[in-house]
Amino acid sequence: MKKAKQLIACVILMAMSLESAQAAYDLNLKQGVTQISHDVYDLHMLILWICVFIGIAVFGAMFYSIYYHRKSRGHVASQFHESTKIEILWTIIPTLILVGMAIPATKTMMELNDVQDADMSIKVTGWQWKWEYEYLDTGVHFFSSLDEASNRARQLGSGIDPRSVPHYLLNVDNPLVIPVKKKIRFLFTAADVLHSWWVPDLGWKKDTIPGFINEAWTYVEKPGTYRGQCTELCGKDHGFMPIVVIAMEQVDYDNWVAEQKGLVAETNAAAEKEWSKDELIAKGESVYQNNCASCHMADGAGMAGAFPALSGSKLVNGDINSQIDLVYKGKGMMPAFGQMLSEVDFAAVITYTRNALGNAVGDSVQPSAIKSLKSSAPAQNDDKDEDDKDEGNT
Amino acid sequence: MSAVVTEHDDHHEHDHDHGPSKGLLRWLITTNHKDIGTLYLLFALAMFFVGGAMALVIRAELFEPGLQFVQPQFFNSMTTMHALVMVFGAVMPAFVGLANWMIPMMIGAPDMALPRMNNMSFWLLVAGVLMLASTLFMEGGAPASGWTLYPPLVLQTGAALPFAIFSVHLLGISSIMGAINIIATIFNMRAPAMTLMKMPLFVWTWLITAFLLIAIMPVFAGAVTMLLTDRFFGTSFFDAAGGGDPVLYQHIFWFFGHPEVYVMILPTFGVASTIIPVFARKPLFGYSSMVYATAAIAFLSFIVWAHHMFTVGMPIAGELYFMYATMLIAIPTGVKVFNWTATMWKGSMTFETPMLFSIAFVVLFTMGGFTGLMMSVAPSDFQYHDTYFIVAHFHYTLVPASIFILMAAGYFWLPKWTGHMYDEKIGKLHFWLSAISVNILFFPQHFLGLAGMPRRIPDYAVQFADWNMVSSIGAFIFGFSQLLFLWIVVKTIKGGTGEVVTDEVWEDASKHGLEWTLPSPPPYHTFTTPPEIVPTEHF
Repeated sequence: MKKAKQLIACVILMAMSLESAQAAYDLNLKQGVTQISHDVYDLHMLILWICVFIGIAVFGAMFYSIYYHRKSRGHVASQFHESTKIEILWTIIPTLILVGMAIPATKTMMELNDVQDADMSIKVTGWQWKWEYEYLDTGVHFFSSLDEASNRARQLGSGIDPRSVPHYLLNVDNPLVIPVKKKIRFLFTAADVLHSWWVPDLGWKKDTIPGFINEAWTYVEKPGTYRGQCTELCGKDHGFMPIVVIAMEQVDYDNWVAEQKGLVAETNAAAEKEWSKDELIAKGESVYQNNCASCHMADGAGMAGAFPALSGSKLVNGDINSQIDLVYKGKGMMPAFGQMLSEVDFAAVITYTRNALGNAVGDSVQPSAIKSLKSSAPAQNDDKDEDDKDEGNT
Repeated sequence: MSAVVTEHDDHHEHDHDHGPSKGLLRWLITTNHKDIGTLYLLFALAMFFVGGAMALVIRAELFEPGLQFVQPQFFNSMTTMHALVMVFGAVMPAFVGLANWMIPMMIGAPDMALPRMNNMSFWLLVAGVLMLASTLFMEGGAPASGWTLYPPLVLQTGAALPFAIFSVHLLGISSIMGAINIIATIFNMRAPAMTLMKMPLFVWTWLITAFLLIAIMPVFAGAVTMLLTDRFFGTSFFDAAGGGDPVLYQHIFWFFGHPEVYVMILPTFGVASTIIPVFARKPLFGYSSMVYATAAIAFLSFIVWAHHMFTVGMPIAGELYFMYATMLIAIPTGVKVFNWTATMWKGSMTFETPMLFSIAFVVLFTMGGFTGLMMSVAPSDFQYHDTYFIVAHFHYTLVPASIFILMAAGYFWLPKWTGHMYDEKIGKLHFWLSAISVNILFFPQHFLGLAGMPRRIPDYAVQFADWNMVSSIGAFIFGFSQLLFLWIVVKTIKGGTGEVVTDEVWEDASKHGLEWTLPSPPPYHTFTTPPEIVPTEHF
């Protein structure tokens, strides 16, 4: 009895908390900020209402029957069991409704598909587990991954309340910036496994497929920040590769592009510079936490059976070049970091792992060395698959 | 048939009717359709709880934002294994179990046409599912790429990959053998008076399902074999670097996967069409249109597969074709729902547990059908795809549809199988708990999906927190309510309420099917001579 009371109190409390949080969630599809997203919303509502009306009719008839045609009310069963007329009727009416639905749906589908006459193009590459954006017209190019605050909070048993993190799991370090009132064409591909790029406010999602290019487009009317997520299961951290799109007025966008170009020059300069070992280790720690810790763990202990430990690892404590080679090209579930990390970050994380996490090899590698490696071996993880297969055969 | 039994019945006098072997051996070597049916049903029930436990791990982790219990990789294994266990270990075997028990009794046959193969297909199923379950304990964990096993992700699976693939092969062989057996039985062993268009709808729907199975299981086996060779033998069917295409896998998979969905729902339709007329005390409305609608759905299931892949980047012609074809499914499915409603119309209804579950099935399956119709609209699907809206949709078509109907079938036929009556009060309690909690569980997932929550994620943004909590609460109520069913089944087998169960069990049921003309429980061998007449009022 006491338990039942507690349960009821619990349910009431929950209902109240739901009430108070009313504004915090949506029940329906977002209308979005593009013509397409509005069209899709309208289609969605049209069909939702059609379903509601059919539902009311069918369930209405059924519940009328359940109430009145029951034995306990003394209703005697009729024995009819066929009527060609009515069968034809309830085949034809739904067909007509479907035709009525198909017409606007086809129209929207054609619009959605029309990527011609774009003002600019952005290439989007899905990686495990981040997005790579490449502005084909201006050459701006960067990676975008889960922001640090969310990343810390989302670790198992982190003790950090997700509610205290702004835009928990929907925030990134480098957002995608686009100008408003421009037709933007997106080219989608992937580097490792399938991903899918979805920002609900834009009205669509598109799969990114390794070795293939998909296209889509958008035309955002209103400046703003629009958030989304990867929607194709892509492994362990599928839930942790959000998308943030910031739509800006053209002037602001131009400024942003200029800023990005400046950043590129800075990064290049940093790669040329001679770094001390301590500087690299200090830098490497944050690179490690952001890129490596989710598998190899913050302390380098790894996860038995799934992800090897780095502390005391033969590879990490062995020849530096073979470690660089593996991190550069990836292996099995380990992504190829050669393209993902800047020269400085790459050199820093290698140096860090060799001189921290319980390892003390004592050597280091300069960003400039990574730079020359990049220019000599710009390629992807060519022999990744062979590695996989060797592993499988043994 | 008796000859088959005699072979391993050496400790028994060979003078009169042969009963089962004694002890555990009976279940290992049995070729009796009733025994094998029981094995299938009990195995399915066990797997229902295993798959359910996995679902509860998922819902526990999703109860609150943040990771509380499991690592993301294990979470992904849980979603994958939950689906595989429920589809291949619970729902499909449960319907095969019903087919084994009921088809011979419904068509007036003494047993299944191929009894030894029947035994083998059951034990292969057990082997397949055990092999699949063993992957949970392997290095690198169980498959974590979703039950669709999409490459390239699935190729990152650790030691479990070949085991998962061979398990699919075993399950496929088991299903194909079961399907051949059902087709052979239905075509060859009907009582003389039982013409095709006099067969109960359950038999019809299983006949069509069996053809689907034979058509699709080899396709799935082929697809996973291509994964196997891609991983271990240097082929690149699904690897663009070697001239392959990851999307090819999706096409092959869904050519299997879509009809597979109907493998789980067509027999559901059959059972509903069997139960509703009994409790409405009226013949089924539109028997022949039900048969044609089933066949139409089966045919359409082969030509709509790419609606699972609208966002994969198909040419516009493909998108439009698959959209139109998918919309068409609404027509025969609608006919079925209308027919069930018309069957209830002007009946003289009573609401025993099987009827309650059946009515809930009609209502809630129709809701799943509505969201299905919404998703058939390709441009809208660009928003719905791979979100919780989809999760809500297919769970509505599987849990309060297939699972509810399996429950209904259990309550409906348990008295016939065991000769004991189940506890109606607890049965109704089980129904109401299930029917309410299943909606608390799945209805909010529509909201989550529309608001933008992707599926298959172990953690989510805080604006999804409230409905996830509601959904998880529903899940736990639903999950634990099912223990009532287990309790009822055990109690009924052990003697039930002690009420006397007549041959008919339900009022005037003998008008609706041959199985109700047999004693309750039926003897080990039934219809050793075919019945002279068959009821004509089951439709």
